[in-house]
Amino acid sequence: MTSTNKDPILVVVQLTGGNDYMNTVIPYQDPVYYDSRKTVGVAQEDVLPISDDLAFNPALNAVKIMYDEGKVAVINGIGYPCPNRSHFRSMDIWHTCEPEKVGNEGWLGRAIRDLDPQAENVLTGVNFGRGLPRAMALTGVPVASVAVLETYGVLTGISGEQERAEALDLFSRMYSPILGTGPVMDYLGSTGLDALKGADILKTVPGQYQSSVEYADSIIGRNLQGIAKVLTANLGTRIFYTQQPGYDTHANQGPVHGVLLAHLSQAVRDFYDDLKEHNASENVLIYLFTEFGRRVKDNGSGTDHGAGGLAMAIGDPVKGGIYSEFPSMREEDLEEGDLKYNIDFRGVYGTVAEKWLGLDASSIVGGKFEQLDFV
Amino acid sequence: MVSINTDKPLLAHLLRRAGFGATFHELDRYSQLGYEAAVDELLHPERQPAIEEDVLERYFIDWKESRNIEGALTEFVYRMNAYAGGRPLQEKIALFWHGVFATGLAKVLHEKTMLNQIDLFREHGLGNFRDFLLHLAKDPAMIFWLDNNFNHKDAPNENWGRELLELFSLGVGMDGEENYTEDDVKNAARAFTGWTIDDDNVASIPFGKTPWLFRYLPEDHDDGEKTFMGHTGNFNGEDIIDIIVKQPATARFISRHLYNFFVADDVQVPAWQHTPPGDPEAIKVLEEEYFRSNYNIRSMLGVLFNSDSFKSDQARFAKVKSPAEVVVGTLHLLGDFKFPKRGIFEVALGCRYMGQDLLNPPSVEGWHAGEEWIDSGSLVERVNFVADQVSDIAQPGVRAMVDTLLDRAVELDPVSVINGCLELLGHVRLHEKNKEHLAGEIRSMLDQRSGLVAGSTEERLSAEKTVLHTMKMIGSSREYQFA
Repeated sequence: MTSTNKDPILVVVQLTGGNDYMNTVIPYQDPVYYDSRKTVGVAQEDVLPISDDLAFNPALNAVKIMYDEGKVAVINGIGYPCPNRSHFRSMDIWHTCEPEKVGNEGWLGRAIRDLDPQAENVLTGVNFGRGLPRAMALTGVPVASVAVLETYGVLTGISGEQERAEALDLFSRMYSPILGTGPVMDYLGSTGLDALKGADILKTVPGQYQSSVEYADSIIGRNLQGIAKVLTANLGTRIFYTQQPGYDTHANQGPVHGVLLAHLSQAVRDFYDDLKEHNASENVLIYLFTEFGRRVKDNGSGTDHGAGGLAMAIGDPVKGGIYSEFPSMREEDLEEGDLKYNIDFRGVYGTVAEKWLGLDASSIVGGKFEQLDFV
Repeated sequence: MVSINTDKPLLAHLLRRAGFGATFHELDRYSQLGYEAAVDELLHPERQPAIEEDVLERYFIDWKESRNIEGALTEFVYRMNAYAGGRPLQEKIALFWHGVFATGLAKVLHEKTMLNQIDLFREHGLGNFRDFLLHLAKDPAMIFWLDNNFNHKDAPNENWGRELLELFSLGVGMDGEENYTEDDVKNAARAFTGWTIDDDNVASIPFGKTPWLFRYLPEDHDDGEKTFMGHTGNFNGEDIIDIIVKQPATARFISRHLYNFFVADDVQVPAWQHTPPGDPEAIKVLEEEYFRSNYNIRSMLGVLFNSDSFKSDQARFAKVKSPAEVVVGTLHLLGDFKFPKRGIFEVALGCRYMGQDLLNPPSVEGWHAGEEWIDSGSLVERVNFVADQVSDIAQPGVRAMVDTLLDRAVELDPVSVINGCLELLGHVRLHEKNKEHLAGEIRSMLDQRSGLVAGSTEERLSAEKTVLHTMKMIGSSREYQFA
């Protein structure tokens, strides 16, 4: 960890749909790769090598530059026992750290609780997107879920400024505790007031933000820029969350996947540069994950749901490099046609929770798992 | 005492639970019928006219054939809303069973087959529970969801056998006891070997997917002797269901589910083994009706809706609305999307943003309900959705409410505006304190304008604005989140 007086901040980016690990970090020397990926394989001459065996997809050019600067940890073969190939169930497992039973509590919800046990700051956790990801859900832990920063809040349909201010004032009175109405009404009341408080603080953010960085236009770029605005406003947010959808590349993978990675890569670079300009990059760790990798063999157009996947940690505090091994692609080493995981994701979460956020990992990820030393 | 037949708040309560709320016109009609006749009408949706299927086919063949998740979700929500006026309980009971027999596209990945399951709930969800379970056991989406197509004579798969007992009928336990043993699970699974699906009809683009069908393979059925819950025989799946439905635990399990969904938020399924019902008397009455009526869900609901505990004041607004209730209830109130048109998918997505991804429950355990619906993200979605919709004067239902209210009185005063809005929105309640807060705001709005209604067009427009604002604030209140 670099020495800094600022609180460590975590930015989680979820690549939704199951990012094709083997086409993101490519074993470009292995003939098995090219045998398995007759349609979607990336040609050897196009890849961006990061070691003798592994290379980035050419669309990750911006991330490759950061890799060369020692700011990117590539975490190979991440997964969990008995992999589930349903998007929703697998994503749930990544969100709750509960591969065996169905859990309702998110690991980041628990982290937010441990960072701010009295829930003093309603913005300790901020999600950019609609609804709350289960990863951040925990009863009693307020999290602001922001679709668009500029219009975040309740009663956004009221256009007149004065009129809206009056309506919000009324809203807050109508959500204030009323004696004897019971615990559920109380809970709705405090949740509503938390949302209001969060919105109240966040509404000042866009006006304060100035930057010379122009983000390339993409969904993930807009979301990361939103995060940069909140982060650089110093509101005490410790955990940010957002997602980039579209990774379910069963068909026509070639062009689609490349565009997604290019958007992601440029957005991460823009975000990093933006933080750097604000002297805020030293205490920010970006963590990318997906619910599963995809089948070793392509299906003639795209790839189907698989197992063992990829995570990355990016930023100044990261010790760059390649962590854990790329799983064997040989037929006899596969599990139902998929790469076998070799590092449990809960150990990687644990690394982030313990070595970066300074929290007790086992209560957050539900046990002790092998950690890595990328921070 | 006020005659029960003219008690519109009670009828509004009934319609919020047995349906998705009612417009004030509908409440007029129900009150003409009287409460018991209204219950009877609701319990027999098949006596009310069906919607015109060909309209769906003509305008949105892609919904009708639901070739993708967008189409499937749209169809589900469109249908709930389209029937919310005529056959509300048909839709409500389908939503109920979708939460209990929670099956999802996450695994099934076949929209038409999923929607056929919802149709099964519509058609049999109010009928005899034994027959219903038998249909469920043969439902292709369920078979695939719980791996019964992998349940073979030589290699049994226990997934369906276990969930049938644990989540669909008996429950893990009651009164602190276990309801079944691991051997019961194994033998139930064996009895359902050979109950599988046709797997040779794959997607055939561009004609859409053909639904899967049930198939029984006698050669893959384990016909050996089995002991299940104290009974021994060469049981097949049907015999297992016959034994299950006779158990007091099944009566308890179904009664608690019905109570939690239709009467009040009580503790949820995982707690049932050790936590007795909040209202044991109400559950007992339902259990008795279960056996008396030979497992008839319709009869149980008849008893439930006519019971004093359902009609009591304590049961009013004792449930947090589910996201589907918020979305469909609001659309119905507005009279929006009663005819197919673009934009309903975006509206239907509201359920997902509020935490209920229809056709895609988080697991076979369904959604956690009650206050667990609410977090800061979902509450913001709820408030904004309702507030925007109920104050949109372009909606026919909103226009009708506003005109009705303004035509009633020559002069507006805050209290009559609030009470009028609360009534027209479906006899919603607002705490006295919140009424005062709201009245203060309206007073200041009225001070800034003329308070008179029966004046110029300008005055009428200004009064309209006041009423719409009042509806918006009621729609965004905590109280509105309760059914």
